[in-house]
Amino acid sequence: MKASDMNDNADTLPVQTRETTVPKGRGRAIGALVYRHRLPTRLWHWTNAVAIVVMLMSGMMISNAHPHLYWGEFGANLDHAWYHPPHFPGWATIPSTYNLALARHWHLFFAWIFAFGLLAFMLVSLANRHIQRDLTLTRAELAPGHLWQDVKDHARLKFPTGEKALRFNVLQKITYIGVVFVVLPLLIVTGLSLSPGFDAVLHWPLDLMGGRSSARSIHFICAGLIAAFIVLHLVLVLLAGPYNEIRSMITGRFRVPPDRDETPQHNPTLAPTLMPNLVEDLT
Amino acid sequence: MSGVITRRGLVSGLVAGAGGLLSGCDKLGQNPRFRELLKTGEQGNYAIQRLLQNSTALAEEFALSQRSPIFRANGTRMPGGADYARHLATGFADWQLVVDGAVARPQSFSLGEVKAMPARQQITRHDCVEGWSAIAKWTGVPLKLLLERAGVSRQARFVVLHCADPQSNGSMYYESIDLLDAYHPQTMIAWAVNDELLPVPNGAPLRLRVERQLGYKHAKYVQRIEAVTSLAGIYGGGGGYWEDAAGYEWYAGL
Repeated sequence: MKASDMNDNADTLPVQTRETTVPKGRGRAIGALVYRHRLPTRLWHWTNAVAIVVMLMSGMMISNAHPHLYWGEFGANLDHAWYHPPHFPGWATIPSTYNLALARHWHLFFAWIFAFGLLAFMLVSLANRHIQRDLTLTRAELAPGHLWQDVKDHARLKFPTGEKALRFNVLQKITYIGVVFVVLPLLIVTGLSLSPGFDAVLHWPLDLMGGRSSARSIHFICAGLIAAFIVLHLVLVLLAGPYNEIRSMITGRFRVPPDRDETPQHNPTLAPTLMPNLVEDLT
Repeated sequence: MSGVITRRGLVSGLVAGAGGLLSGCDKLGQNPRFRELLKTGEQGNYAIQRLLQNSTALAEEFALSQRSPIFRANGTRMPGGADYARHLATGFADWQLVVDGAVARPQSFSLGEVKAMPARQQITRHDCVEGWSAIAKWTGVPLKLLLERAGVSRQARFVVLHCADPQSNGSMYYESIDLLDAYHPQTMIAWAVNDELLPVPNGAPLRLRVERQLGYKHAKYVQRIEAVTSLAGIYGGGGGYWEDAAGYEWYAGL
C-alpha cells in the first residue's frame, strides 16, 4: 500500500491545526493521522450535503413548472424573461416524473434542515473558533503575489503537502467563505422572499432585491453556483486522494501528506515518521 | 484499504449510487408515511408564519404604474356546464352569493347587493405556485363584511369557497382558508380587476383574493361561502381542489 500517494490535500477543512497547537519539540509528523475535522463540522457537512442535494433536485423539478426567469416585481409568460432554464431531465429531479406538489413537499421539508443546520453550524463554528481559526483571511494571504501563486498551484494541480496541507489555502478559504456566508444565506433569504406569507412579515429583503421575480432569479443563480461548487469540490476530492479526504470527513482523521521537496535524505529527522500508522497524533 | 478504492470504481459507484438514490427518492415519495413526514414541513411553515405574522400584517401593495401589462389567467378560463353559460348570457343578472354553514343568519346576496357593499381597492401581487407572478388592482367587498352579516358561529374554524367551475375529475373547484385569513383586511370577494368587471378567465363574476397565499387559493367563480368546523367530509377532505387532486399544500403561504 502506498498511503503516501493518496495523501495530497485539496478541499478539506483543517481544525486545530495551526502550528500553535502542535506540541513543542515535535514537528507535525508526516504520514501521521491527525484529527482535522471536529464532530460538529462533520455532522453539518453530511446533513447539509443531503439537504442541498435534495433541494437542488427538487428545485429543478420546481423550475420545470415555469422555466422562465424575470427581473423585477412581477413576471409571467407574457412578460420579458431574461433566461429560460433548460427542462431538467427525470434523472436529475425529485421526483423523477413531473409532480410539482411532491417536489415542493421535498423542497420545503429539507429547507428546515438546511436553514437551521446552517444557523447551528455558524453558531457552533463561532463558539469553537472554527471560523476565526480556519476561515479568516490574513493580510499576507491576500497579497497579490500570494494569491497569484495559489492560482498557479491550483492550475497545476499542485496540492499542498506536509504542514501546509493541514490549513486552508487562500482560494479554498475564499470559496468556503463565499459559499457559507454569501451563497447559502442568499438561498435562504431569496427562498423565503418567494413566500407571500413571509413577505407580509418582512418585505425589506424583497425591496433590496428589487422584487419577487428578481428574488426568484437570484435564488436560481445561487442554486447554480452551489451546483458548480459541488462539482468542483468533488473533483478536487478525487484528485487529492478520495480515501484520505473522505475518511477525514467521516472519522475526522487525516493522514499528513509528505512534502515533495523534503525527502528522508534531506531531513533525516522525519524519516521514522514516514512509516505509516506508527504515529497517531490526535491533536 | 486505500488500494481497494480506485478512482474509476469510485466514480462508477457514485453514479450507481445516484441512480439508486433517485429511485429510492421516488419510492420514498410514494410512501404515505414518508409523505406525512414531508408534510410536517408545511405544518411547520403554517405554524411559524402564523407565529411571526401579525394577524393583520398586510401583503405589499403597489402603485398603479407597477402593475403587470397583462394579468395572466390560469386554471379554468371558461367554466363548463349549462348553468354558467346561462349566467354568462344574462350578464350574471341572477347570480347569487350564498353565505351559510355554521352561521347564525344564512345570507344570499345578488351581484348588485355585493357591489353595493363597502368596497376595498388594492394593488397586489398574485404569486402562482408554478413560480410566475403578476400585479393587478382588485376591487371587492372585504370577506369580513359578508361573514359579519351572516354571524359566523364560535365553533366555525374554516371558510369554504364553493365555485361554479367543474374540474376534469368531475368535482367542482373549491378552496378553504382559516378564519384568520378570512377576516384579514385584504381578503375580499373581488368583482373587478384593473377597474373592469372580472373577465371570465379571471373568475367572473366573483373571486376570492387572499393575498398572503399562493394563487390556487384564490378561488374563482365563487357561488357559496360556507363556514365549517372541519374540512373532513368536504369533497376529498384536503380543503381544496388541488389539495385533493394533486396533494398541494392546504396552507399555501410559501
